[in-house]
Amino acid sequence: MIDIEKEAARVAEQGESAPRLARDPVNLPMIRNWLEALGDEHPGYTEVAPPAMVQVWTMAGLRGQRSPDDPLGQMMAILDEAGYTSVVATNSDQTYHRYLGVGEQLSVTTSLEDVTGPKRTGLGEGWFVTTRSTWWVGDEAVAEMRFRVLKFKPARKPEPRRREPGAQAIRPSVNRDTEYFWEGTRQGELRIQRCGGCGLLRHPPGPMCPECGATKPTYLVSDGYGVVYSYVVHHHPQVPGKQTPFVIALVELDEGVRMLGELDGEPSIGQRVEVVFTEIDDELTMPSWRPRADR
Amino acid sequence: MRIGDPLPEWHVEATPTFVISTALATRDFQDVHHDRDLAVRRGSKDIFINILTTTGLVQRYVTDWAGPEALVRQVNIKLGAPCFAHDTLKFFGQVVGREQQDLTIEVVGRTAHGDHVTGTVRIEVPAWTP
Repeated sequence: MIDIEKEAARVAEQGESAPRLARDPVNLPMIRNWLEALGDEHPGYTEVAPPAMVQVWTMAGLRGQRSPDDPLGQMMAILDEAGYTSVVATNSDQTYHRYLGVGEQLSVTTSLEDVTGPKRTGLGEGWFVTTRSTWWVGDEAVAEMRFRVLKFKPARKPEPRRREPGAQAIRPSVNRDTEYFWEGTRQGELRIQRCGGCGLLRHPPGPMCPECGATKPTYLVSDGYGVVYSYVVHHHPQVPGKQTPFVIALVELDEGVRMLGELDGEPSIGQRVEVVFTEIDDELTMPSWRPRADR
Repeated sequence: MRIGDPLPEWHVEATPTFVISTALATRDFQDVHHDRDLAVRRGSKDIFINILTTTGLVQRYVTDWAGPEALVRQVNIKLGAPCFAHDTLKFFGQVVGREQQDLTIEVVGRTAHGDHVTGTVRIEVPAWTP
């Protein structure tokens, strides 16, 4: 088991990485390529570079490799090893102390500022890693950047199972309030309605927030884990497409709301379950529960 | 230029050519910005705009409006939904702060999938700016 906080403290203690030189001095051909690609017709960039290009000068390039003392690279390796294998950038805050003139030679140093986690996010559980880079001309700091990434374990998306041809199901009534939910199941996502006003999670879906009255629902993608809160075993009457008896469980999701669905397996209160998606046809994918082998 | 002033809405058509040429112009050679097959294999719906380009677009949005005399001091952005090839990226902005020559502009760049970028840009305008 890797102690991520301890490892982060070790990397942070190393302080600034050694300065890494830009491949080329600030130069007009690169500036003009950038202006052309972005369609920027600003007339002022003939002797100075657009400030937002600062990071461009020190990009590692096509065959570039991180230097071993790069704190972001080190932290990524540590989190990879701990199972947080995916990465997404979340923030880039750049401050430009002055404009850079053509011919100036830049270098960059980076230190690890902060590592926080584990946090639950829409993408999965992860750690936020914040670094601070400084660009230098000689010993003058000319620009700075605080850069934050989320390094995460991707939320599990089970592959939909396709049913035997001719399978039947009682079709849900889909309307404007519930469309997002069924769209989600088609994509392998269990979506929970979330108030666009106060953020309250609620299920089953409805047009108005019972808490604040807002009528702009959004949604959160659930991790799909929960515990059986209650259940019934259905014996009678017959239901199209089902063999009786079957179990309908009310599951309390880890996100806090309760949701109904068929449970495949022996039911018991408090049992850990996870969502599974069954594709009925192109239009309809049904969520149901199965016991979860807890890690 | 006063607090509350809106910036004109600006639309960027993120064609594959745009996504690729801006990625290369910012020296970002990650395959997800130029190779659709690999991007899809990695779970994306298509290639998408890289961060350095997003930063540049936010800067351009503000300087196109403020004029070439404005000096850019800070670009702080929060990144959200990716901007994929064939998306239209719509920029909205508003002046939210002014202390003499220092202006703070709030910017949002949005695609059909949600907010791609939200943030603030700090600029310094010439003393004679009304």
